Amino acid sequence: MVKRISVVENIFSANDRLAAENRAMLDQNGVFSLNLMASPGAGKTSLIEHTVTSLAGLFQLAVIDGDIATSLDADRAAAAGAVAIQINTGGDCHLDAVMLNQALVKLNMENIDLLIVENVGNLICPASFQLGTHKNVLIASIPEGDDKPYKYPSMYKGVDALVINKIDLLPYVDFNMNYFREGINILNPAVEIFPLSCRSHEGLDAWLNWIQNIIQPQEQPD
Amino acid sequence: MHELAVTQSVLDLAIRHAEQAQSEKITDLYLVIGELSSFVDDAIQFYWDIIVKGTLAEGSQLHIRRIPAELECLDCGVRFSFSMENYICPECESIRLKIAAGEEFLLEAIEVEP
Repeated sequence: MVKRISVVENIFSANDRLAAENRAMLDQNGVFSLNLMASPGAGKTSLIEHTVTSLAGLFQLAVIDGDIATSLDADRAAAAGAVAIQINTGGDCHLDAVMLNQALVKLNMENIDLLIVENVGNLICPASFQLGTHKNVLIASIPEGDDKPYKYPSMYKGVDALVINKIDLLPYVDFNMNYFREGINILNPAVEIFPLSCRSHEGLDAWLNWIQNIIQPQEQPD
Repeated sequence: MHELAVTQSVLDLAIRHAEQAQSEKITDLYLVIGELSSFVDDAIQFYWDIIVKGTLAEGSQLHIRRIPAELECLDCGVRFSFSMENYICPECESIRLKIAAGEEFLLEAIEVEP
């Protein structure tokens, strides 16, 4: 005699539950956190280096790095002045909430103001796995081309901020900024956009100010 | 991608509910997957057939129902079906839209024998 049992449960609930736990831990310790995602080579680690170097005097920074191999990126973050932890995913193409949880328990969060999680270089999979960070950030770069919002809608839709790196290369590469921006507008009109160059430093101040204003909100005049 | 991990999650969830109901065999499972979800039905079925061997769900039938993608206008509240050509509100032409349906991935129900 067959019996029907109603379940109605989200399959991602395990990851999402742990992401919520991660967020609770971060909030409890007053840590503001970012999940930084991008294709390989777009400039995640360079942006982290610049962010750490510029803000290390004002805040305590930690970086958790996800890669399938080496500790190259965590080493760079540590050299710039952050507490750095490397996660080697063992072949997994993205970080998930379980891996972040395991790294968070190793971090002395009481002393941290800002945590940057550098995801595995990948424009597809990280979009499906929430980590529990406060903001999701995508770094796009000029040489990757202007059609990426159209081709990777899940990623572009799911982020709170978008850095457009390597703007110093605009004169040398075919890149139609209007077409690019239109694609973003369709998917995510509210996203904060930061065109910059880690190499020439143009536009970095706006990015740093955005972070600073979240950690230490400016008082509004009466 | 990642169908093995999600298929395993489906199995774990189904077994938990079957055990709570003190059943010894799962005969059917009903999945609801949104059109925008990146999971491929054939890959889920492929992994399913492998991982259910020796479990309560061995021999069970997976039923997958796909939900079409719908957008909702944040300005006037109209809902309409999504396509890359259809990304402006047909009512007020706003581009402030949110995805109202199409991203689901849930196990709706299972059928069991005692």
